[in-house]
Amino acid sequence: MTTTMHLEDDDLVLHYYGEMAEADEARAETHLAGCSACQQNYTRLQRVMAFVDSAPAVEAPQGFEAVAWARLQMELPARRGNWLSWFVFSPARLAFAAGVVVLIGAAFMAGRLSRATAPGGAAAVQTAEKVRERILLVDLGEHLDRSQRVLVELTSADDSAGSVDISTEQVRAEQLVAANRLYRQTAASTGDVAMASILDDLERVLVDVAASPSTVSQEDLDAVRRRIASKELLFKVRVISSQVRERQKAAIPQRTTHTLGS
Amino acid sequence: MPHTDATTVALARDGDAEAFRSLVDRHSRAVYRLAHRMTGNTQDAEDVVQDTFLKAYRQLGRFESRANFSTWLHRIAVNCSIDLIRSRRHQEAGHDAADLEALDGAHGSDERVDPSPERLMLSSEVQERVGRAMETLTHMERAAFVLRHFEGQSIEEISRALGLKANAAKHSIFRAVRKMRLALEPFVES
Repeated sequence: MTTTMHLEDDDLVLHYYGEMAEADEARAETHLAGCSACQQNYTRLQRVMAFVDSAPAVEAPQGFEAVAWARLQMELPARRGNWLSWFVFSPARLAFAAGVVVLIGAAFMAGRLSRATAPGGAAAVQTAEKVRERILLVDLGEHLDRSQRVLVELTSADDSAGSVDISTEQVRAEQLVAANRLYRQTAASTGDVAMASILDDLERVLVDVAASPSTVSQEDLDAVRRRIASKELLFKVRVISSQVRERQKAAIPQRTTHTLGS
Repeated sequence: MPHTDATTVALARDGDAEAFRSLVDRHSRAVYRLAHRMTGNTQDAEDVVQDTFLKAYRQLGRFESRANFSTWLHRIAVNCSIDLIRSRRHQEAGHDAADLEALDGAHGSDERVDPSPERLMLSSEVQERVGRAMETLTHMERAAFVLRHFEGQSIEEISRALGLKANAAKHSIFRAVRKMRLALEPFVES
């Protein structure tokens, strides 16, 4: 950069943020003072930046604090025993959860990779992966079945009395949230967008239910039901649940007859 | 009388769940705002909020009572956002040129839909315009731009935080600003 040459757009960015080297900065100042073209360009940059600054940040939805807390409660480790029950927060459970992330990732990836032809020398690794995949598919299938049951119970709960006790569904939803989050994140990180999206919709309903009072009004329950219906959540969860079951079946190794010398 | 953050942190550190909950109540919105700016979408922002408070909870013992809790939490939130963005890094190939072309193409239609400067003055409109412009940035460009522009971090600090060479961090910011200018100048100038 020289005082005679015009300032590049990138120079103006550095100047705007005060990131130019001292000598360059002085030259830029001098150039800007005497060059109307660069001044105009710099003014345009400043106006865009001012426009960016004037945009308010995106706010969290109403009631976000309660939802954030409901999600957190599931994963906070116990402190001096006065937090939620041991089975929700125990280190063993957290370790299990961490293991689940790794294993689900392997299962998701295995589901994808198993379509490709594996090299012949990797038989042992493949077998171990298949076992992991089967275990995880069973866990995921169970998670989806349990989630389905919660959705069905919410959808079919008798609300004729005007208010409904959902404490049982609430406890189940609480227990499902943390695992669901792990499954969702893993699906997202392995590029399974469809699965991640359904699990995200499911998680929002589970968190809502977990954060609700144990007795809800008919209107509140209707709102949850509308949410389930609008996303066709029950149907979608059934579909992926049956897909997971299909994958479970496909992951069961075919029996082979071993003969001596073969 | 409501507790100060320092008192509440001390209670939370001693195992008071309600104290930690009140910290979540007080600060989760601010963390969400930052996380959304950094990541650009609701789901990731919610995950960052979750990770931030989990990390904060685990590190409560290291928090110095003389420090400002919200500043400390803000730093954790930035780091959690960066962790998430870095984990996505492999998913985005360099699509700079294509982005810029797509942005060029998108311009005309945007202008035709809403040319009114009065409407643009509404903050929600401005928010939408800026939000859409930021959607054209890659994860890395977005993170570098937010850290530089909103968080006031130097290029040196950004390169360290994002695990980039200083030159790469600088060019991420250049590309981000170029895209923002391309997207927003027509509205700002009108």
